[in-house]
Amino acid sequence: MNFDFSDDQKFLKSEARKFLDANCGAGKVRAVLDDERKAYDQALWRAVAGQGWLGAAIPEEHGGLGLGHLELCVIAEELGRAVAAIPFASTVYFLAEAVMLAGDEAQKAEILPKIAAGELIGALATSEGPGVLTPGSMKTTVSSGKLNGVKIPVTDGDIADLCLVIAKENGQPGLYLVDLNAAGVTREAVKTLDPTRDAARLTFKDAPARRLGPAGEGFALLEQVLDRAAILLSFEQCGGADKCLEMAKAYALERYAFGRVIASYQAIKHKLADMYVKNELARSNSYYGAWALNTNAAEMPIAASAARIAASEAFWFASKENIQTHGGIGFTWEMDCHLYYRRSRQLSLVAGAPRVWKERLVSHLERRNAA
Amino acid sequence: MDFNDTPEEAAYRAQVRDWLEANAPKQSAGVDDGEGGGTMAASRAWQAKKADAGYAQITWPKEWGGQGGTPIQQVIFSQEEAKHPIPGNPFQIGLGMCVPTVMTFADEETKKRFVGPALRGEEIWCQLFSEPSGGSDVAAARTKAVRADDGSGDWIISGQKVWTTGAQFSDFGIVVCRTDSDAPKHKGLTMFWLDMHDPGVEVKPIHQMSGGSGFNEVFFTDVRVKNSQMVGPLNEGWKVSLVTLMNERLAVGGASGAGWSEFMEAARGVQGYDGQAAIKDHALREKLADWYVQAEGLKHTRNRTMTALSRGQTPGPESSIGKIVSALQMQDLGNTAVEMLDQFGIIDDPELAPLHAAFHTSVMFAPGLRIAGGTDEILKNIIAERVLGLPGDIRVDKDVAFKDMPTGR
Repeated sequence: MNFDFSDDQKFLKSEARKFLDANCGAGKVRAVLDDERKAYDQALWRAVAGQGWLGAAIPEEHGGLGLGHLELCVIAEELGRAVAAIPFASTVYFLAEAVMLAGDEAQKAEILPKIAAGELIGALATSEGPGVLTPGSMKTTVSSGKLNGVKIPVTDGDIADLCLVIAKENGQPGLYLVDLNAAGVTREAVKTLDPTRDAARLTFKDAPARRLGPAGEGFALLEQVLDRAAILLSFEQCGGADKCLEMAKAYALERYAFGRVIASYQAIKHKLADMYVKNELARSNSYYGAWALNTNAAEMPIAASAARIAASEAFWFASKENIQTHGGIGFTWEMDCHLYYRRSRQLSLVAGAPRVWKERLVSHLERRNAA
Repeated sequence: MDFNDTPEEAAYRAQVRDWLEANAPKQSAGVDDGEGGGTMAASRAWQAKKADAGYAQITWPKEWGGQGGTPIQQVIFSQEEAKHPIPGNPFQIGLGMCVPTVMTFADEETKKRFVGPALRGEEIWCQLFSEPSGGSDVAAARTKAVRADDGSGDWIISGQKVWTTGAQFSDFGIVVCRTDSDAPKHKGLTMFWLDMHDPGVEVKPIHQMSGGSGFNEVFFTDVRVKNSQMVGPLNEGWKVSLVTLMNERLAVGGASGAGWSEFMEAARGVQGYDGQAAIKDHALREKLADWYVQAEGLKHTRNRTMTALSRGQTPGPESSIGKIVSALQMQDLGNTAVEMLDQFGIIDDPELAPLHAAFHTSVMFAPGLRIAGGTDEILKNIIAERVLGLPGDIRVDKDVAFKDMPTGR
């Protein structure tokens, strides 16, 4: 049994933590939070590119480090722990993964080196309004290489260079690459729950679009991309959830009420124990997701769903109960608790709500058990 | 990252498989009711076979009948053994908890007398800790051991224990007794071993709310034990019992019984809304997803623990979450399944209810599982204090003589 990260991967994780401690303190995150004009932390983005993280899982022939997805998982965990305000998920988990999964050689050769070098920010555009996107409800279309429609919200849509868009061509759903700097694209930033992660409304009017992967396979491909992203996002969520538990513990050990530290009250101790239990369940499910991702296992849809559900639940619970443990001061803008509370919402929604993944998981289990 | 054995583990697994193939029972000896009924002879026979081959306690030293093996080898053996229709194991509490305690503290002669027979299943041990006045608070034990006044040095034990698993078929037990009521509660306890066949020992089964009787009350009326039956030093029984309880956490497992896949199977066959099967009900599907994720989380947490063992490391504290999660899930899943049946859920008849009323059994057994081997609340305290390092509770009984402690009912 070898169900853990290797010593090398753990070393990478501890180096990543040191790097982010130095380059991504809460002050850096707040600089993005407090300044409406700042969409992300550009200095951190450049520094992260310099570390090679953007291309950690990209093959060397395309300018990446050629490590595996396990390495990307440990980096993701540290980014989540630091609530990093950079378009890492959009660029790496969504766009790079999609290109590696479904791109042709020319697309890979063109896009992946730019991602690895930090020269290209990516985005994924699926949602068109409130509720779940379905093939029947989708209105965005492609005709003769021109994309028309509205996508909202598109995380990092206000800053991205290249966007992966799901749309219909001749009634068949497909994935399309759209240069957001080209003509025919209008971007409007929208206010988000987590201002350290921006989003936009993208309006396409005859915007040039190139298909990624086979025609008609849009939703099937999208599911594969989302599975991969969900596993990586679950590590960000685990990192954030563990940090919330640490914050709650540290505060409970220094805060006195009724003549003793509040960490000595069972109401607080049991709350923190509940956090620990959820965090460990999430971590174990995420590890299984990491294994599935790294080996491209047939179990990936089920493993990804379980990781996403467990990690979303853990981060939500830890982030809200961290505020509760802090009491009144936890509700202030100045305390960092809300950075995590906001990020937990962003991460739970950005690849589809946990409710949707629960339905997907059970559908897969039904099929597996029927087989 | 993978789920594979190391070459050494694979070799050991192959060896164990061959041995089990040649030696394990080919068919089940019947249902193990946990009450010693029916399958005891088969259990003893299987235990003796394992002991003769060194598989009864793999991690014990060779001189005591083990293999001097590693914890991961024990795990491998248990995994492979579970693939055969083996009888129930009424020896686990003795071999996992009581006998190791005796081995830690007893002299050579005592060890020689007891270890072999226990290993071969010839003698069964029970653990006599909980009392009516103290379940979570084991150190509040009131069962007394008083020096005999005849100068023999013997001790006279009187009092009552409760929730003793397997007492009805046990030959020996280890018992925590109050030997000094003037000292604070943790400092006046002493551990003894005793013969459960002594005429002063009376075992009465407890009729559980679930209907079964897996546990007992044990009454002691002037049971005389020799001073040499003391396990560890006088008045240091608390420290001795911690050795036993440390082993308990390794021995007590989580919930078994009907889980998410049984629920899914049942939900296919039950009428739901709008002429559809209950499995199409989204409220149920969301719960099903949650249970699956919890079960997978526990499974892979065990895999992480096994990985630590496999690498020769001490497992992290993550293994402490198992029973809290599985016992609560058993109750929630069982109840949701029963409610899924609507009015029909009232029926607890194995002939009529789905899966021979397995979900009803869960509903009625889960309250016990949430209490046994550490209540949910005590386990959360343990996580908070030992894993997270939060302070212990304020103890109003720490420096008070035991006899002066408020007791309530």
